[in-house]
Amino acid sequence: MSLLDDLIGNSRPVSHHGPSPRAVADTSTWISAASRLSEGHLTMLGLWGERNAVHLALLDERAGATAILSLEELQNGYPSIAQYHPPALRLERALRDLTGLAPEGLADSRPWLDHGRWDLRFPLGKHSAPASALSYAFLPADGKNLHQIPVGPVHAGIIEPGHFRFTANGETVVRLEERLGYVHKGIEALMTGADPTQGLRLAGRTSGDSCVAYAYAFSRAVEAALGVKVPPRAVWLRALMAELERLANHLGDIGAICNDAAFALMLAHCAVLRELVLRSADAAFGHRLMRDRIVPGGVSADLDNNGKAGLRALHAELCRKFPALVDLYDNTASLQDRTVGAGVVESGLAGQYGAGGYIGRAAGRDFDTRRNLAYAPYDQLSFEVPLLRDGDVNARIWIRIREVEQSLSLMEQILDRLPDGPFLAEAPAVNEVREGMALVEGFRGDVLAWLRLSPAGKIERCHLRDPSWFQWPLLEAAIKDNIVADFPLCNKSFNCSYSGHDL
Amino acid sequence: MRKLLFESLIRPPLTEPAPVSADVAAQELVTAINGKAYRRLGRSLAIRFVDAGSCNGCELEAQALGNAFYDIERFGMRFVASPRHADVLMVTGPVTKNMAEALERTYNAMPDPKWVVALGDCARDGGCFAGSYAVVSGVSKIVPVDLHISGCPPSPTDILKGLLALLDHVSEGTG
Repeated sequence: MSLLDDLIGNSRPVSHHGPSPRAVADTSTWISAASRLSEGHLTMLGLWGERNAVHLALLDERAGATAILSLEELQNGYPSIAQYHPPALRLERALRDLTGLAPEGLADSRPWLDHGRWDLRFPLGKHSAPASALSYAFLPADGKNLHQIPVGPVHAGIIEPGHFRFTANGETVVRLEERLGYVHKGIEALMTGADPTQGLRLAGRTSGDSCVAYAYAFSRAVEAALGVKVPPRAVWLRALMAELERLANHLGDIGAICNDAAFALMLAHCAVLRELVLRSADAAFGHRLMRDRIVPGGVSADLDNNGKAGLRALHAELCRKFPALVDLYDNTASLQDRTVGAGVVESGLAGQYGAGGYIGRAAGRDFDTRRNLAYAPYDQLSFEVPLLRDGDVNARIWIRIREVEQSLSLMEQILDRLPDGPFLAEAPAVNEVREGMALVEGFRGDVLAWLRLSPAGKIERCHLRDPSWFQWPLLEAAIKDNIVADFPLCNKSFNCSYSGHDL
Repeated sequence: MRKLLFESLIRPPLTEPAPVSADVAAQELVTAINGKAYRRLGRSLAIRFVDAGSCNGCELEAQALGNAFYDIERFGMRFVASPRHADVLMVTGPVTKNMAEALERTYNAMPDPKWVVALGDCARDGGCFAGSYAVVSGVSKIVPVDLHISGCPPSPTDILKGLLALLDHVSEGTG
């Protein structure tokens, strides 16, 4: 019996929503959901809006169940969730910027994605003239001998743009405040009216490092909506691509984090392994990042014998080379001197924010979509979900290391058991409104995709929620009392997506 | 185990010979970049990278230029931390409205002579983001572009080839 059943039971269920329920709630049920969130009984998976509606995706971790509560026929606003449950804060600010619906009761009235530079306001709601004021008030930090360091949006390396406002006392960070939204492209507005093929291209370009995970989540949401049965071979090939993406990113991250602690040797070796993964992916699936390879109904590229042999060779090579790098990390005290105890995420915060991926799992949040909300073929594969409690940079590295090992094991299992047969199924025409939601474990954490298709099969509304939404705020907490010079190290150990967050 | 790794540093390249030099066309590319970069820019090309709204796919491939297979620094090309030090501004993304001013200011902060490379399909014309309320749809709407390198994202080899084309352009007199 899930806590969600009560909330859904008090609400009006929406037909044609799959696979989990969506129900239209009244205000009191909405607020009781907010209380459950603030008490820690439920986890928030997402909060997004339309012109006259807001949707709140909820997870009951114990029961392994998800559901969406909605408020519909809204005119100007809705009761704020964030006033009870702070993790909703940025989502509500973004929701207001996009739809114009105001979170009633929320003290923070600052915009989030809208920097006052668009030609209009409320692109997903009732359009109005653009905001004129460009000023943005950062939260105050008062005290003796404090100074501010503004960083960004243009950063020094080959990385994405965002602004960090540090308030420091000497070398020690007193407060970090992030300001994001610089790479907001309006993906959700572009989705509206698009067909699923265009939608897939946009989804796959929401966060380039997770293009497999996004295409996977988007495709599963379309399939859930339309009731498409994906051929077994495609189901397995998708997981193979997802694990290759995880391997490539984790290998890159392990090297890059160590490099930010001035240990370039690890970067040099890890970058070689990452490149090997990308080349094998290119040979096997025709694209280094495997972009647009997962499509609604299956996959767009089959794996031939050469590709398979290449992946087996890759597997052998990684198994041969990776353990030496793990030893290198484990035995380099000067490196661990930088990573141990740096950038600690409290486990309470990780749970409250529902932080996914290595950030949550390094801080005691025992959650992995592949296991907790298992989808095929992961329900037939054997793997462990690593868990640590320290929550520091070191723990985030170790989670990645263990996940590389698990992904290698998964890759081998998939290659051994890959079924034959077709790899793409046709989506049926359904001639009615359908809705679907999917959660997929990307390398960074759980990616949520939700959409509504019109009777003609066009996208009426599609929402994509990057795991970074629940990770960026934790970086602000983790950096407190660290020195400014450790920020790049902590930030890289988080490796949140700017583009996935800004959409 | 660490001993093993250090041994690998003093041995001849354990990382396989650079694949760019593995096939003949790529070998020409390597030689050509080397010669032209030397003639025109004294064997030094400093690149400032700005993400103006990319999905971060192009960033991944630009970062890969630094790995042992491509090793862009052997051509004297390197990514620098300040526009003041840069000859080339490499820009990715459809240019979001929220980044347009930062891009322009980065360009203005660079000393002459300078060149702009627009990297990736969406840097050319906005790609699949073209027409959105939030993008200006193309780097050339904000700063003058000398070269587009297409691809979604362009592979590291494509980027190297593009930089060669830029050096051609520079040799033809605009520099």
